[in-house]
Amino acid sequence: MTALSSASVSPRTVDLLWWLPRAAGLGLLAFLIFGPLANMLIWTVAERWYFPHALPIDYGFSYWGRVFAPRGNAVQSLVASISIALLTVVGSLALAVPAGYALARLKLPMRGVILLAFLVPQAFPNLPVYVNIARLFYEIGLNGTVTGVVLVHVTHGLVYAVWIATAAFAAVDRDLELAARNLGASALRAFADVTVPLAAPGLMASAIFVFLESLDEFTGSYFVGAPDVLTLPLLLYSAGAGGNYQVASITALLLLVPSIAFMLVVEKFLRADVLAKVGQ
Amino acid sequence: MQRLLGPLLVTPALLVILVLFALPLAASVIGAFEVDGAAGLGNFTKAYRLYTQDIVFTALIVGLSALLVGLLSVAIGGYLTLGENPRAVALLRWLYRWPMFIPFIVVGQVLRTFLAKSGLFNTTLISLGLLDPMSATSYLDWRGIVAAFVWKQTPFVALMVSGAMASLDRSTIEAARNLGASRLRILVEIVVPQVTTTLLVGLVLSFVTMMSVLSVPLMINAQTPTMITADIAFRLNTYRDYGVANALGLISLAITGSVAWFYLRVNMRQAQ
Repeated sequence: MTALSSASVSPRTVDLLWWLPRAAGLGLLAFLIFGPLANMLIWTVAERWYFPHALPIDYGFSYWGRVFAPRGNAVQSLVASISIALLTVVGSLALAVPAGYALARLKLPMRGVILLAFLVPQAFPNLPVYVNIARLFYEIGLNGTVTGVVLVHVTHGLVYAVWIATAAFAAVDRDLELAARNLGASALRAFADVTVPLAAPGLMASAIFVFLESLDEFTGSYFVGAPDVLTLPLLLYSAGAGGNYQVASITALLLLVPSIAFMLVVEKFLRADVLAKVGQ
Repeated sequence: MQRLLGPLLVTPALLVILVLFALPLAASVIGAFEVDGAAGLGNFTKAYRLYTQDIVFTALIVGLSALLVGLLSVAIGGYLTLGENPRAVALLRWLYRWPMFIPFIVVGQVLRTFLAKSGLFNTTLISLGLLDPMSATSYLDWRGIVAAFVWKQTPFVALMVSGAMASLDRSTIEAARNLGASRLRILVEIVVPQVTTTLLVGLVLSFVTMMSVLSVPLMINAQTPTMITADIAFRLNTYRDYGVANALGLISLAITGSVAWFYLRVNMRQAQ
């Protein structure tokens, strides 16, 4: 018995036998990753679906019509979400580009501490912070306003913005700036015409990161924005809480598309040399 | 002027962190000890009386999730590093990252439909003959929350771990392989010990993230027992009770802090 298994089974057969557990493992993983996503996609086109039916009884797009109806909440919250995300990008970059340049190029006392300070909001459970921001905003009339939500998102997104901007500026070859200065360009001119264009892909990546973080942010918007400012994640939550799986799934799909698209293109914007400098 | 330019450019961004993060954090610590305008521990005794079960539940759920995330990340990273079938390695590399960029609120929604009684998980098991339709139940309790956390956090930690594994010196691995060591043994005895720091950093970051997620417990299981985050939201929305909400916030900070402290201690010991 033992002689048979050790002598007559060639390495090639062993290799072939490995296919079974390998395929089973990868198949299981694929099911666990894509199963939930497929379930959501089916819900977006399900008209009627209940236990014990494995698949919907009727298919159709009537919920899409309801979601995108002119007086529906979805269009309104899509507009709100995108405007908040764009304002957040503008705000974060306006703060992060000067800060990133200073952290990458200029003499700064306690540079490491400053870089770490931007990470702190990510390193604490931020719920207690949002609770107290909401309380503060309530007193000064910023609760339930777009400005209030944008401020919260800017704080949250600043770590990505500053860290990636710092890495992007650090990856720019300093000799090119010096060459421009030698040819008579002013410091500002060299910055605008040489440094910024070279750092642009990295800055673009940080802008996209901040945009997505804002688009997907739930907790801060829930405390500071709701119910006056209705972003897509808040709409998804209230549709789901109301038991409307179709509207919740369509909203989830709307939020999913930009995230997946970014995952597929992220390597184009975040070059390895910039990525290697993040956090340094 | 030159010396002032740097600090001048950083100050606005730092001010935002100070005003919109550090001050509210300080306010939450102070508010936790404030009862009707006077200093006291009333909020903590109330939080302890009402939510002890939820506090333990939260620590167990997040701990279990972190453990599973760690095991799966090592398994994925290990296969990517030691796998001998290039096609399977490429497929796994393409496959495992998908949930990483999916927002938590969407993760909550997709897993709620997937793990419901009539969800695709149960119906697939039923159609494969692995589950009796009569005994199908919903998984939307602690299991659902753990599943959502593990689903979303594993790619992030696996990415860090596999990156660290890829930059290891291959010669010891090849030497062990030539001496006939199995791949599992190489993973456990040679590869994992060298990436412990990266693995722990990833797990601590995941732990903090999971402690502060509100959407997943709200969407998957907001009944008792539930997580501290859902209790904080409930305290505020129902009673506008900032005192107990802040006390619960401080308790979750303390749980995270003890994990961070544990990590720092392990790190210090390794550095010595």
